[in-house]
Amino acid sequence: MKTGAKILIEGLQREGVETIFGYPGGVVLPIYDELYDSPLQHILVRHEQAAAHAADGYARASGRVGVCLATSGPGACNLVTGIATAYMDSIPVVALTGQVPTSLLGNDAFQESDITGITMPVTKHNYLVKKTEDLGHIVREAFYIAGTGRQGPVLVDLPKDVTTREIEYEFPENEPVVLRGYQPTYRGHARQVDKAVEMIAEAERPLIYAGGGVISSNASSDLVSLAETLMIPITTTLMGLGAIPCTHPLNLGMLGMHGTRYANYAVTESDLLIAIGVRFDDRVTGNVQTFAPNARIIHIDIDPAEIGKNKKVDVPIVGDVGAVLSDLLAKVRKKQNDNWMERIRVWKERHPMKFRDDDVLRPQFIIRELSNLLLPDDVIVSEVGQNQMWTAQYYCFRKPRTWITSGGLGTMGYGFPAAMGVHFACPDRTVFDIAGDGSFQMNIQELGTVAQYNIPVKVAILNNRFLGMVRQWQELFYDRRYSFTELPPVDFVRIAQAYGVDGIKVESCEEVRPALQAAIDCDGPFVLDFRIEREENVFPMVPAGAAINEMIGGDTE
Amino acid sequence: MKPHTLSVLVENKAGVLSRVTGLFSRRGFNIESLAVGPCEEPGMSRITIVCIGDDAQIEQVMKQLNKLIDVIKVSDISENERVERELALIKVNAEPGSTRAEVMQIANIFRAQIIDVGTKTIILSVAGDTEKIDALEKLLRQYGVRELVRTGRIAVLRGAKIVKSAK
Ligand SMILES: Cc1ncc(C[n+]2csc(CCOP(=O)(O)OP(=O)(O)O)c2C)c(N)n1
Repeated sequence: MKTGAKILIEGLQREGVETIFGYPGGVVLPIYDELYDSPLQHILVRHEQAAAHAADGYARASGRVGVCLATSGPGACNLVTGIATAYMDSIPVVALTGQVPTSLLGNDAFQESDITGITMPVTKHNYLVKKTEDLGHIVREAFYIAGTGRQGPVLVDLPKDVTTREIEYEFPENEPVVLRGYQPTYRGHARQVDKAVEMIAEAERPLIYAGGGVISSNASSDLVSLAETLMIPITTTLMGLGAIPCTHPLNLGMLGMHGTRYANYAVTESDLLIAIGVRFDDRVTGNVQTFAPNARIIHIDIDPAEIGKNKKVDVPIVGDVGAVLSDLLAKVRKKQNDNWMERIRVWKERHPMKFRDDDVLRPQFIIRELSNLLLPDDVIVSEVGQNQMWTAQYYCFRKPRTWITSGGLGTMGYGFPAAMGVHFACPDRTVFDIAGDGSFQMNIQELGTVAQYNIPVKVAILNNRFLGMVRQWQELFYDRRYSFTELPPVDFVRIAQAYGVDGIKVESCEEVRPALQAAIDCDGPFVLDFRIEREENVFPMVPAGAAINEMIGGDTE
Repeated sequence: MKPHTLSVLVENKAGVLSRVTGLFSRRGFNIESLAVGPCEEPGMSRITIVCIGDDAQIEQVMKQLNKLIDVIKVSDISENERVERELALIKVNAEPGSTRAEVMQIANIFRAQIIDVGTKTIILSVAGDTEKIDALEKLLRQYGVRELVRTGRIAVLRGAKIVKSAK
């Protein structure tokens, strides 16, 4: 006989789970009791939101399903932002929540909340387990659904009596999960692939627009091979950074609202846009009517619902990005696009990414320094706002899964806990969270977690004492009326020290490199408080609703 | 923009209806009519949804529905030859005497059944397509419709064709 809690833990182990991030409470006591002497590593966070972000960071860095655990009611509700973050970026996470006993369900019992109802719009699927007998197969299904097809979070709600009841149960051996309502398409349709091959052969100004789908499909090297065979430049979304090394001659960097001028010009001028693992998000397209106005479009994505959702396409190919790319690679013929490459070269030369490189402490300088110091495998996580955009623009990503950021939801407070998760996915690599002072304060309590477990995450706060990105919009579009965006100074080093974490305050350019080096050399967590130029802006920028070739800033200085 | 009839085969599981309707409201699609019940396959239910939208919207609705794990198959049967029915129960004022006779005559013409007779009202049951029920209701309004209850629309394809369960 086994309790439900035992079946749960056994199920997690059978799925290959090693680390889970969680926070206990009344109805999960049976699960915690089972964890007490299980080989699973449990990391006690300081807020359930951090558990969800940590599981998400773990998943993004490793490509495996991340797991978080919370109690019912407030615990479960605190996971929601983290689950929604994972959902928007298609990240495989299994969230386990306690629930009041089945006999009390629907009674407004103490710490009852309808978490399956609450998370229905932000999960790929969710379960309320009503019988201990169902627990084993639900755990298997949850991992299967989270980690296959278009990945995403799955929540499993576990009433207390379901985890305490004892039953006879053995997990099935070598029996695949089969769900009649869920059969993702992995192979692209051969005729569609042929059409794409033809279109590529006809194109004179082709461009690849690659996104997070390339990363989750582990298809970066196929992407680069295709681009090299056909001499097609690649621009990536925020989520796609790292799919092609920043130093690659075909790389155009990021496109969209804060993209490079040359990427946005290339999109506008191209006659064939090959969209791979992307979803034509409004932050990418600007005014979608004027996006890629001269191009035919090939769209490769695993989710049929993304095809034609925001933009009409000429050749849709539904399938796993990696599988479709290898089919394409087998069929395309070598090609040169000399005139087009020359135009792009001129754009790159005339409109390089640049910032004022003086002796004022500017965020772009700090990121460039860090980029020079870290190794290609080291991982950069960001918060949300200017810090995120500067990192996307100025950090040189050389490998996939080394850039971890909340793209779709844009969740402030994501970075620090996600960085903790990244550490457990790749313990040998240096992990930096590039933060704003606003975002860092949204999950600053995790200093307690990194201190307790000596998680060597480094936080680089680009401290401008503003909610910088919002302030930038107020400066540009609201007449500099800084309504509730100024933050009082905080001594982050002293806060870190109070938790037992080391830190340094940095106020000048000369101090940057030694400070970064000190953080890297420290074998525990570290906080760097960079007092940056307060009103630095992120440029270039496409104003909301404009066409993406109508950028402001970033061209002069 | 025209009405589309979607036939949606789903797992007969708790919460599946709210997953389906939640998706409509979340993505800003309107449901005109909805009917749900068990179907020929054990463990499955069929939901018939009538919704209005342009082709792109309907395509998006169907794709999003298909993504739900508990949805087994979605078909737009609007373009096919089909039979559609809905059922209405109408409680109408019908004092004994000439009004009652008139109401009963109208019922007869519409092949509505009289399923209850009270001292001042009678209850009619009528099945048919939407237009027929609308027409009957309109005629009965002059006598005073006390209560009207309508089901959602259900539909099947004509002939041997069926809406299969393979996704
Ligand atoms: C949870 C959450 N609340 C509000 C926002 C809206 N928002 C976007 S960027 C930003 C400012 C971020 O400030 P900070 O973390 O200091 O970073 P900076 O932009 O200064 O680099 C805000 C408030 C958000 N993205 N997330």
